[in-house]
Amino acid sequence: MKKTTSTKLSSNSSENNPMLDMVNRRFFLRSAGVAAATGAFVMSACTDKTDGVDPVEQVVDLGSGDIGILNYAYALEQLEAAFYMQVIMTPYTGMTAAETSILTDIRDHEIVHRDFFKAALGAAAIPGLSVNFSSIDFKSRASVLGTAKVFEDTGVAAYNGAGKLIKDGGYLLLAGKIVSVEARHAAIIRDLLAPNTIDFAGDDVIDNNGLEAAKSPSVILPAVAPFITTKISANNLPK
Amino acid sequence: MNIFKIIDEIKQVDGDALGRLEHATRRSFMTKFSRSITAAAIPTVMASVVNKAYAQSAAAVDVLNYALTLEYLEDEFYKLGNASATLIPAKYKPVFTQIGKHETQHVAFLKGALKTAAVAKPTFDFSAGGTFPNPFGIFDTFVFLSHALEDTGVRAYKGQAGALLNDPQILEYALQVHSVEARHAAKSRSILSEIRNAPQIKPWITLNEGSPAPVYAGEDNTMQGGKEINGIGGKSKQAVTEAFDEPLTKDQVLAIASLFIKK
Repeated sequence: MKKTTSTKLSSNSSENNPMLDMVNRRFFLRSAGVAAATGAFVMSACTDKTDGVDPVEQVVDLGSGDIGILNYAYALEQLEAAFYMQVIMTPYTGMTAAETSILTDIRDHEIVHRDFFKAALGAAAIPGLSVNFSSIDFKSRASVLGTAKVFEDTGVAAYNGAGKLIKDGGYLLLAGKIVSVEARHAAIIRDLLAPNTIDFAGDDVIDNNGLEAAKSPSVILPAVAPFITTKISANNLPK
Repeated sequence: MNIFKIIDEIKQVDGDALGRLEHATRRSFMTKFSRSITAAAIPTVMASVVNKAYAQSAAAVDVLNYALTLEYLEDEFYKLGNASATLIPAKYKPVFTQIGKHETQHVAFLKGALKTAAVAKPTFDFSAGGTFPNPFGIFDTFVFLSHALEDTGVRAYKGQAGALLNDPQILEYALQVHSVEARHAAKSRSILSEIRNAPQIKPWITLNEGSPAPVYAGEDNTMQGGKEINGIGGKSKQAVTEAFDEPLTKDQVLAIASLFIKK
């Protein structure tokens, strides 16, 4: 049985604004220039549609500089936290006690990461993103762990690739503190799928120099886009 | 060779490497580094002048040699373990073979980057002067040392990230090794947990629990980004500390590593 899940993680102040459809994105970005310059902004005028239409015009800009990178990380942590919350809420068939323990721990770590970024970013934080897990069968171990593997590997590659985009040493260290925990998750999820094989640190993610993948936001965001309903703009991220 | 000699060597090597790095731009650091590294050594006086102008790259050479010393340690550890016909149970062979492969690759990669600036491999004693008897005869001891070395490696790389802020490409390489060490650590810890039937040993580090204590010192930190986050998201202190791996300073790491370096 496939469970369709589309969760709104948090909602912005909501009032219908049909004029919004006519708002040119570029114009909007310009008019929101002050907020954009300081980091992320919420399109407050661009509110949730209540008529069932996808809020396609709601674009969340991650912002620029270190704040942009932190928001990028925050977006990925939101996705991971939402995923594991669903995993624990609706456990797959045959989830063992050991698996429940591991997945609950991971859920908690991702929630801690998510809430940490939200707190650290303060007013510059992007809003809660809407996620779309309709492609995941939460009753299936293979589907859930297969997705977890993708999310964790993606998270590690994202942090690895974002490191050199960070200017502040304190933020860089924070990213470093988190990425190794994501790598621990990735290893153990892979080991659940293929116990005691080389997969925990497989040749598919680690090259012949013993280096793990490092990917830029321009590669990561399209990869996770199918799971995130909210449109995200990374146009102002450092490159 | 003792650890202080290594540090001295690293300092000396820095001075020499700096002159060779004179024309290296940040972007082409690695290529030019490789090409010019065979140039004659610059006298110490000259090197100290250059030192000021090219401090960033000096930092990078320093970090790479520090990393190389740790990778030598890990590489030899797994080479000896994997070479023993009776040490590692068949079910865990693929895991330790894979870890050993990566450590060998890391040594080769770092030596390739440093060329003649690379420090020599120390002589190791994995029993740490008899503290851990027969590490390649007793699987429990081997896994215990493995998890400690991997967790130390993760913390060591993390502690150097800031020193590489101005060497973006080298920073990225370091991060790419760092996450591999973390994968190793997680799996090694899960094997230790299994063979000791100790569920409290998780793939991630809870509070500052673990042995040897210096390897886990400070892992119970809950101040992140200048904020106290204990209890954030309604989560326990255990969960909060598991969610963040902490760095170790170079001195802390060398104090641990020196236990395994023959005096």
